[in-house]
Amino acid sequence: MTDLRALRADFPILEREVNGHQLVYLDSAATTQKPQSVLDAMDDYYRFHNANVHRGAHTLAVEATEMYEGARAKVAGFIGAETDQLVFTRGTTTALNYIAYGWGLNHLKAGDKILVTVMEHHANLVPWQLISRYTGAELVYLELNDDLTVDVSSLDQILTDDIAIIAFSGMSNVTGALGPIDVLTDAARSVGAISVLDGAQLVPHTPVDVTELGVDFLAFSAHKMLGPTGIGALWGRAERLEEMEPTEGGGEMINTVDRHSSTWAPVPHKFEAGTPPIAEAVGFGAAVDYLDAVGMDVIAAHEGELTAIALERLSEIPDLTIYGPKDITKRGGAVSFELGDVHPHDIATILDQDGIAVRAGHHCAKPLMKYLNIPATARASFYLYNVPEEVDALVESLHKARKLFGLT
Amino acid sequence: MTGLDELYREVILDHYRNPRKQGTLSGEHVHAEGSNPSCGDEFFLDVAVTDGVVTDAAMRGQGCSISQASGSMMMDIIVGRTVEDVRDLTHKFKLMMSIEEGDNPVDPERPGSVLGDLEALQGVRKFPVRIKCADLPWATLTDALDQTTA
Ligand SMILES: Cc1ncc(COP(=O)(O)O)c(C=O)c1O
Repeated sequence: MTDLRALRADFPILEREVNGHQLVYLDSAATTQKPQSVLDAMDDYYRFHNANVHRGAHTLAVEATEMYEGARAKVAGFIGAETDQLVFTRGTTTALNYIAYGWGLNHLKAGDKILVTVMEHHANLVPWQLISRYTGAELVYLELNDDLTVDVSSLDQILTDDIAIIAFSGMSNVTGALGPIDVLTDAARSVGAISVLDGAQLVPHTPVDVTELGVDFLAFSAHKMLGPTGIGALWGRAERLEEMEPTEGGGEMINTVDRHSSTWAPVPHKFEAGTPPIAEAVGFGAAVDYLDAVGMDVIAAHEGELTAIALERLSEIPDLTIYGPKDITKRGGAVSFELGDVHPHDIATILDQDGIAVRAGHHCAKPLMKYLNIPATARASFYLYNVPEEVDALVESLHKARKLFGLT
Repeated sequence: MTGLDELYREVILDHYRNPRKQGTLSGEHVHAEGSNPSCGDEFFLDVAVTDGVVTDAAMRGQGCSISQASGSMMMDIIVGRTVEDVRDLTHKFKLMMSIEEGDNPVDPERPGSVLGDLEALQGVRKFPVRIKCADLPWATLTDALDQTTA
């Protein structure tokens, strides 16, 4: 087992108790905990360097701008990107909306198709539904295999020249299934479509290098990778970002403004209207520094081992059904399950009494829930700070749930 | 009793597993739907009201043990009562669950005397995020009854 146990000391919240038990945090797919270095970086910014960025000549403004732009360089470097191809957004959701509106509105026409998969998060569905409404484009779906990975066997029939966008997730936040990134980026290229990768669950858990990926756009959120809420990133190929219109207008994003028209600042600033989340950017930079120092390879290996243990231990529990691939090479560390007729919300309440944080619900993936014909699942998800004892705690508490509900 | 034992009383699990009056009404009735979008619980309710009396009711939906049991118990208690009576029960239920300001009407000396089986749901108060589960059927019921007086 890749032992990252010593890292736990970097996360102050892991020391707290919940309902009389030490916190067992198994909800990192929703948001991750933050290391001291991220908290310190944001605190340092506010204490010593706080000023608005870009416009000022005074010392603090220069420092704040350097910290903000420095964070951009760090986050870009983290995914192997050029700095000026990385746009700060409010998160994955905003990034995907920017692509939908900024690229989709001025490129899609009636009859075009947007191809997505059944396992998408609402963040990668609803913006496309909205854009379809405005443009007359049609949303089409790839279904799933028995192991809940994306079924690409019918791709040949689906792939036609009217497909303009293929938007898909790198990893399902529900089943943990990895997306067929290579297959779908190749498919997009073969019909002249653009490819949009929802990296919310991928970038935090796996080494990602955009120069090797082949996608046109990538979206991810800081808060799912040790950083603060309120910031995320949109990466795009240079030519794609140039083709894209700004979704929001305002300060910071312009070159010149006349009474009736304006010209835009160069990419990436043309997409960053208004005062940006500066402290959050600084925290995002500190988060990728932290991940880099540990090593994404190491993190991926650790999570793989932990997930394998969890899958094995969970499958030993009577009445428990796991929704997602059993093959560890096809999945990440978000593990959804059902326990007999114990409703996921009841599971979450019972586990919470033991200080264990899991998520219950539809996980913002209602079409997937419908496909699985279930209303909700309980989900445990892992990150670098989790340890096997926490899987033990989970299993023990699930046995308690069985007993409370009289399952035998 | 621990909080969990209080929450998951025998009677609650019984109603969860054997919910009363499942289905739909065919005669004249009003229909209301309620949901908690954050957790996905859904509750569909048909209520037949004749001359100010709830003559029949049927429920469908899906959700956690608390919302389903609360709904099932509600079915048991409302049929045969006047609308006025049912509104009063709803008020008492909300007081018991601390959804409305006021004293808990339940008499600890005489368990079940005010709200019947529903009193078993008092354990939910210790789990504030679950109170909305217990309330869902009642909010839906109020919607339904409002249609009868409108
Ligand atoms: C796969 C996936 N996509 C998109 C999102 C949306 O991310 P955010 O809420 O940070 O914008 C999430 C977060 O839950 C996710 O798991």
